[in-house]
Amino acid sequence: MLQFPIDRIASATPPAIAARVKGLSDRAIAWLFVAPSIVLLLAINIFPLIWTIRLSFTNFRVNRPNAQIEFVGLRNYINILTDRDIWLSMQATAHFLIWTIVLQVLIGFSLAYLINKKFRGNDLWTTIIVLPMMLSPAVVGNFWTFLYQPQIGLFNYVVGFLTGSDPSSFSMIASTSLAPWAIIIVDTWMWTPFVMLICLAGLRSIPPSIYEAAECDRASKWRQFWTITIPLVLPFLMLAVLFRGIENFKMFDLVVQLTGGGPGSITELTSINLKRAAFEQWRTGYASAYAVILFVTVFGLASIYVKALNKVKKR
Amino acid sequence: MSTYSVTEPSGRQKWFAGILVVLYAVITLLPLLWIIGTGFKSPADAIAYPPKMIFEPTVEGYVNLFTTRTRVPEDQLKALGEPTTWYDKLVRKNGVIITGASRFAERFTNSVIIGFGSTVLCIVLGTAAAYAFSRFKVPLKDDLLFFILSTRMMPPIAVAIPIFLMFRSLGLSDTHAGMILLYTAVNLSLSVWLLKGFIDEIPVEYEEAALIDGYTRFQAFYKVVLPQAVTGIASTAIFCLIFAWNEYAFAVLLTSGNAQTAPPFIPTIIGVSGQDWPAVAAGATIFLVPVMVFTILLRKHLLRGITFGAVRK
Repeated sequence: MLQFPIDRIASATPPAIAARVKGLSDRAIAWLFVAPSIVLLLAINIFPLIWTIRLSFTNFRVNRPNAQIEFVGLRNYINILTDRDIWLSMQATAHFLIWTIVLQVLIGFSLAYLINKKFRGNDLWTTIIVLPMMLSPAVVGNFWTFLYQPQIGLFNYVVGFLTGSDPSSFSMIASTSLAPWAIIIVDTWMWTPFVMLICLAGLRSIPPSIYEAAECDRASKWRQFWTITIPLVLPFLMLAVLFRGIENFKMFDLVVQLTGGGPGSITELTSINLKRAAFEQWRTGYASAYAVILFVTVFGLASIYVKALNKVKKR
Repeated sequence: MSTYSVTEPSGRQKWFAGILVVLYAVITLLPLLWIIGTGFKSPADAIAYPPKMIFEPTVEGYVNLFTTRTRVPEDQLKALGEPTTWYDKLVRKNGVIITGASRFAERFTNSVIIGFGSTVLCIVLGTAAAYAFSRFKVPLKDDLLFFILSTRMMPPIAVAIPIFLMFRSLGLSDTHAGMILLYTAVNLSLSVWLLKGFIDEIPVEYEEAALIDGYTRFQAFYKVVLPQAVTGIASTAIFCLIFAWNEYAFAVLLTSGNAQTAPPFIPTIIGVSGQDWPAVAAGATIFLVPVMVFTILLRKHLLRGITFGAVRK
């Protein structure tokens, strides 16, 4: 049952010593140590998930506890998948997801590349850049609404100053064309350091000897970048995209505080949409089906992606 | 020290890279400095146009953050006589009087209780599970580890519905105990994965030696492995604390009066007339600065923490 040579040592030692190796058996300890965590996760993660799946086939509403709970089959699922508003909210999520990932990968990788030039004090500046990532998205998001205010907001002032336009002429949050960008900007500000840190680890993992060999073969810097740097950093970059993708698919706190889904429902990402259905309209069964659809989507996309990631790693 | 290296960037490249990175750092830091700065502005300075970089610092925002106030007519204000404390004096200038303490201190305390409570639980459970996963052949080990990780993929709102129902029937909704359990479950995957990585790095030979010396397995665990894992445990603890500290979705859905933490509360701070930005900024500063300090302390393990140990430096 043991994984490492201790049982061989124990059986090879004289009985007097072996007898002192007492207490609980390793097997018992292994179970004793793992069980509490598994039980807690089953109770607070898996049990609720199964409950959600069960509710998703009913017309249950939390605010009407006495109403007869009816089994409605796939009706909730059909209603959701044919609802135009839900597809719009999926589109909003996709727009948000794609642009945040593109911007964060471009800026994050460039920063990591520059930091890897090992200029003096690069550690200090790296730490400073990382700060926004660790802060509470809700609290920071709320404060960004202040920075985004027309006229008095710092963001509008800076943009006005740089472009020569009037800072009170546009509102990032109230305008339907700018609001999707308002949330993308804040998310990029917060999470670019995440991509940067992972890319930096990738860049630092490349042994200098590869570049030295390329230099001997007289490969140009440009060619070295595309044939050495990029392929070797790619697995790291893809991992960063996976993490950002999952996190932003779940995005709730930052956007709720920034735009609350508005104006109208332009920035109503799926999580916000789901929260409306579940905790404002109290359509519990319907919202449960919605939750299952989201979970299956993120799980499915993530597994496909992980397969691709493993292929790239093996190359 | 002048060995020529083809991989070492030239001095000019370093300068150029340095300038760009510092420029980005300054821009990225600006919103954070603005939060801290706004906390020390008077309400009039906070909404001045153009935005004020230089202003007369005041702690009015902080006073407003911790108090509730009401506006009173001039003659009534005079009838009250001289203000007795410095903070009374500060708010009377604006024609308002302090009527009591705000709920900020309470919400902040809730954040501390729930944050530390869940962190301790997370570390106790996580260290045990991580040790078992690292050292023993647990049946279905990879599946269990993946299961633990996959709990992290669920959107919080998706599981919030049944948790809401479950907590309600168990009497756990809006209680500290309920939130501590919930945050422990949320952070447990992080703690198990990170700690497994740290414990994997401790050579097995130490325990083997201890076992031969007659320690029981359990003694070997807490007398040999735990002291070796202290740095790993400490950094994992800080990560769990920060994530519990920042959590918003569950807090806003499952708590209201009693166990509400600071993140749902801070955005609701309003003054006598509209959103009181200096008070919001003051609350945000008190709430965010500890995390900034922890981040700086953690910088060596940061990468590991945010990637669940997938990337180690």
